[in-house]
Amino acid sequence: MKQLIELNINGRNYEVAVNPRDLLIDVIRKKIGLTGTKKGCGEGDCGACTVLIDGKPELSCIKLAIACQGQKITTIEGLAQEDGSLHPLQQSFVDHGAVQCGFCTPGMIMSSKALLDRNPNPSPQEIKHELSGNICRCTGYKKIIEAVEAAAKVWSQEGVK
Amino acid sequence: MSQKDTGSKWNLTPQGWNLEGVPAYQDQTRYTQVGRSVPRVDAPAKVKGEAVYTGDMTLPGMAYGKIKRSPYAHAILKKIDISKAQELPGVLAVLTGAEAPNRWGIVPQTANETVLALDKVRFYGEGVAAVAAIDEETAEEALDLIEVEYEPLPVLLDPFESMERAHEVLIHEDSPGNIMHQGEQVYGDVDKAFSECAYVLEREFHTNYPQHGFLEPHTALASYDPQSGQMHVWSSTQVPHYLHRQLSIVLEIPMNKIRVTLPTIGGGFGGKGEASSAEFAACLLSRKIGRPVRVTYERSEVFYTNKGRHPAHMKLKMGLDQDGYIKAVDFDNTMDKGAYSGWGVVVLFYTASMMHLPYKVPNVRFRGRSVYTNKPSTGAMRGLGGVQPRFAMECLLDELAEMMGVSPYELKMKNAIESGHTAVNNMFVPHSEYKKCLQTAVEKSGYLEKRGRLPFGKGIGMAGGYYISGTAYTLYQNYKPHTSVMIRVDTEAGVTLFCAAADIGQGSNTVMAQMAAEELGVFYEDVHVQAGDTEIGAFDLGSFASRLTYASGAAIKMACVEINQKLKETAAGMLGVRADQLVIKKREIYSMYETKKRLPWEKAVEAYTSINGSLVGLGNFSPPRRKGIDMISGNRVQGANIGHSPTYGFSCQVHEVEVDVETGRIYVKKVTEAGDCGTPVNPMSVEGQVEGSILFNIGGCLYEDQKLDASGKHLNPNFHDYKMPTMMEMPEMDTNIVESYDPTAPFGVKETGEGAVQPTFPALVNAIYDAIGVRFYSLPITPEMILKALKEKKEKEG
Ligand code: FES
Ligand code: FES
Repeated sequence: MKQLIELNINGRNYEVAVNPRDLLIDVIRKKIGLTGTKKGCGEGDCGACTVLIDGKPELSCIKLAIACQGQKITTIEGLAQEDGSLHPLQQSFVDHGAVQCGFCTPGMIMSSKALLDRNPNPSPQEIKHELSGNICRCTGYKKIIEAVEAAAKVWSQEGVK
Repeated sequence: MSQKDTGSKWNLTPQGWNLEGVPAYQDQTRYTQVGRSVPRVDAPAKVKGEAVYTGDMTLPGMAYGKIKRSPYAHAILKKIDISKAQELPGVLAVLTGAEAPNRWGIVPQTANETVLALDKVRFYGEGVAAVAAIDEETAEEALDLIEVEYEPLPVLLDPFESMERAHEVLIHEDSPGNIMHQGEQVYGDVDKAFSECAYVLEREFHTNYPQHGFLEPHTALASYDPQSGQMHVWSSTQVPHYLHRQLSIVLEIPMNKIRVTLPTIGGGFGGKGEASSAEFAACLLSRKIGRPVRVTYERSEVFYTNKGRHPAHMKLKMGLDQDGYIKAVDFDNTMDKGAYSGWGVVVLFYTASMMHLPYKVPNVRFRGRSVYTNKPSTGAMRGLGGVQPRFAMECLLDELAEMMGVSPYELKMKNAIESGHTAVNNMFVPHSEYKKCLQTAVEKSGYLEKRGRLPFGKGIGMAGGYYISGTAYTLYQNYKPHTSVMIRVDTEAGVTLFCAAADIGQGSNTVMAQMAAEELGVFYEDVHVQAGDTEIGAFDLGSFASRLTYASGAAIKMACVEINQKLKETAAGMLGVRADQLVIKKREIYSMYETKKRLPWEKAVEAYTSINGSLVGLGNFSPPRRKGIDMISGNRVQGANIGHSPTYGFSCQVHEVEVDVETGRIYVKKVTEAGDCGTPVNPMSVEGQVEGSILFNIGGCLYEDQKLDASGKHLNPNFHDYKMPTMMEMPEMDTNIVESYDPTAPFGVKETGEGAVQPTFPALVNAIYDAIGVRFYSLPITPEMILKALKEKKEKEG
C-alpha cells in the first residue's frame, strides 16, 4: 500500500515510499535521516517536532507525510547559512544561554523563525504568545525570549532571508 | 577592572574596592576562565539539530524493541502466552520476566525491581513482556498478540489505606505493613523544649504527585557482540556508572564486559537517575538476537514508569521561645513510595535532614515512613527530599511570625545559620551566605514595604531554602572516590579531560572545561571534554544531588597539580628561572618576578612531550565523611548521615502573585531570587538553572499532578492533560547571585541545580495568603481550591 511521494525539504527533493498513515516526523527522521527534528510527545502537545511548511510552523508529529507534497518543508537543518555559519536566531540562542538540554531547541527555533519572518519586531508578549506551544522544561524560558528579542534586532538591522 | 574583555557581566570585585587587602579569591585577575559567562560547548550542535540523542541513533541491522504493559495496577500474573507474537513475520524475539529475574534498584539494600514483572504486577503500566522486531510497527503489532492472564488484586492507592489494609493485601511479600522503610531520629529533648516555648504551632501539609517532564523520553540502544561477549549500551541516563552496575547484576555479565555511553541527553531532573526497563530490555533483546536493539519510550510510558516526586503527608510542629528563637521541631512524614523502592530510603532521610538547616534548631524529632502503594513508583526529582519539608517549614514559620507579630523576614533572619555552623545531627556548614540571600531578595523585591499592604487579590510572599552540594553519601557500597578525572596534555590534542560525568543539559561539560582551563592556565575552548562513557572516562557517581561541580572541580584541581609542576620544571630550564616562581596563565608561562621571562605554554608542552611523551594527571575526589550522630548525646542515629555534604548552597525567593477572584486563577507576576552558589563558574548557566528551577516548581505548586482513577489507571499520561508551565505562565524573574566564596571548596563553588527549587512552593503559598488571606496546606493549588476557599471565607466573614 506504499506509495511514492516527493517531499521538498530544505530546498531539496526527496522521493520516499510512504504509507498513507505515515507521519511527517517519522518520514523526516527515519526515512530521510534528518534527526534534528525531535519527538517529545508524539501527540501535538510539546512543540519539539515543529517544522515550517510553506513558512508556517506545523507540528510534524500530527501531520501526514502525504499531505505535504508540493509544499516547502524547512527543518532545523535547513537554517544554517550555506558556509555552515549559524543563522542569527541560532547564534542568538547560543550566545544568550537559551539552550540547556537542547531537546526543545530545534522546535523552539523553528517557531521563532516563523514569528520573526512574519513580524520582525515582536513585543515580549507576542513572543510569549507565539512560542507558548513549545514546551521547555530546562530554561524557564527567560533566556529564550531574550535570544529571540536579540535576534529580532539583528534581523531588522541586517535583514535576513 | 571590569571583566568585559572576557564577555562577562560579572565583576567579582565590587566597584571601588582597592585590590590591596582584598582576599586573593576576590582578586578577579586570579580567575580568567572560572566566573565567565561563556556559551555552552555543546550549544552550536544543538541549535543546528546536529546533536545526536540516543533516539537519533541507528546501527546496521538494528531492531526495535517495545514493552507490553499491564492494564491492572495490582494483579497476579497467571499466564503469558507469547506464541502468536513469536509467529508474526518480522518479530525477532519476545522476552518475558522469567528470563531476567535478578532484582535491581539504586539502593542495594532495598533493590526489588525486575526488568519485567515476574509473578505479579504492582502498578498500572508495569512491563510484562518485550518484543524485538524489524520495525516499530511490527513490534507494536506483536505486543497485541501477547496474551496475558491476570487475577486482579485489591488496589491500594493511598499510603494510609495501604498501611491499614496491609493484613489483607501485601504489595511486597517481604514488606510487612506495606512499609518500605521507616525510621525515627531524635536529637535533644524535644518535649521538654516544647514545654518551655512561648509560641508553638502544628500543621499538616500534603504535597502532590508531579513528574519531571524532561522532553526526551527514555531511550536505550544496546549492541551485544556474541563473539566477544561485550555489551555496549547507549542510553539517556544521568548515572552511567550506577546503570553499569545494575546492568551487570541483571545481565550477569561482568562490568568490564559492559560499556555505557551517553549520547546527548534531553534532560533528566532525577527521572533518569536510576536504571529503566528501556535499558534492560534493549540489552536482553540484543543478547537474544545478536543484533543492536533500540527501545524508545512513548510519552505515556514515561508517565507510567514515573519515578517522580513522592507525595508527602507531613505533620510539622515548631516551637519558638519568647524572643523568636526556634527551640524545637517535631516532624512526622508519611511518603507515598508507589510500587517499588528506588531511591526511597534516601529520600525519606533527606526529608529528615531538611529540618536542620538553614535555621538553628537545637531539638529535633523525626518520624517517617515510606509506604508502598499501587502507583507508578516515585523516586528522585529535582530537589529530592527537600521540596516537601521546605514547603511545610517555611509556611509554618510565616504563621509563627504572624503569631508573634513580626515579619517572616525578621524571624527567618534571626534564626538563619551562618558559616561554621554545626547542626545537631552533625551536619557541618563550612560557609553560608544565607542571610545575604534573604536580605538581597527582600530588599530588591520591596517585600517589607509591600507585604500586607497590597490590594485584595494581590500578594507577596517569601521563603528560603538550602540544598546539599557535592553529596557525602554514596550508594555504591564501596568507599572509592566519588569522582575521578584524568587529564592528558600533549601537542596532538592539547588538553583532553576524561571523566564519565553526565551532562544531562545542565552544562557540566562546559563547567568542567572552564575549571580545567583555569587550573592549567589555558582557555576553556582549549579543553576537550570526554564525558559520559564508562570505558573512556574515569569513574563518576553521576549527575544527581547537585554534586558534580564540586566533586569534579576538586578532582580536576588534583589532576592538574602534576601537569603544572612538570610544565613549570620544563619551562624553568628553558627560561633559566626557578620553577616555583613561574605562573601559567592565558597559555603563557612566565616568572612572577621578571615578567619579561616568558614563553608560550605550548612550547613547554612540546619540550616536555618530545622527551617524555604525553603528560597525564590523575585526580579524584572523596567527600569528607562525618558520622550521623546526635551531637548532644554522641549516639549514632539511623540515616542521619544522609544529607551530609561537604558544603551547602542557599537561596531565597520572593513571589508576587495576583489571584483572579472570579476565576480562581493564580498569576505569578514576579519572582525575585537571590542565591548563594559559591563562585558561579558560569554565571549564565547559573541563571539558567535558577530560572528553570523557579518555573519548574511554579508548575509543581499550581498545575502539575498525576491523576489515577480508583483502579489505579493513569488518567493524564500525556502533556495535554498533565499541564506544565508554558511561556505564558512565566513571571518576570529577577535572579541574583550573591557574592559568595566557600574557602573550603574547589574554586569556592557550591551547587545551583536544586537549591533554587526549594523556596518556590512556600514563597508562592505565602504570597497567596498575603493576597487573599487563605492558607493552603495541600498542593497543587487549583483554581477550584481558590474559589472554594474564597466562598468559605466569605461565608465565615459574612
Ligand atoms: S512531538 Fe510533536 S508536539 Fe510533541
Ligand atoms: S533546553 Fe531542555 S527542554 Fe528546553
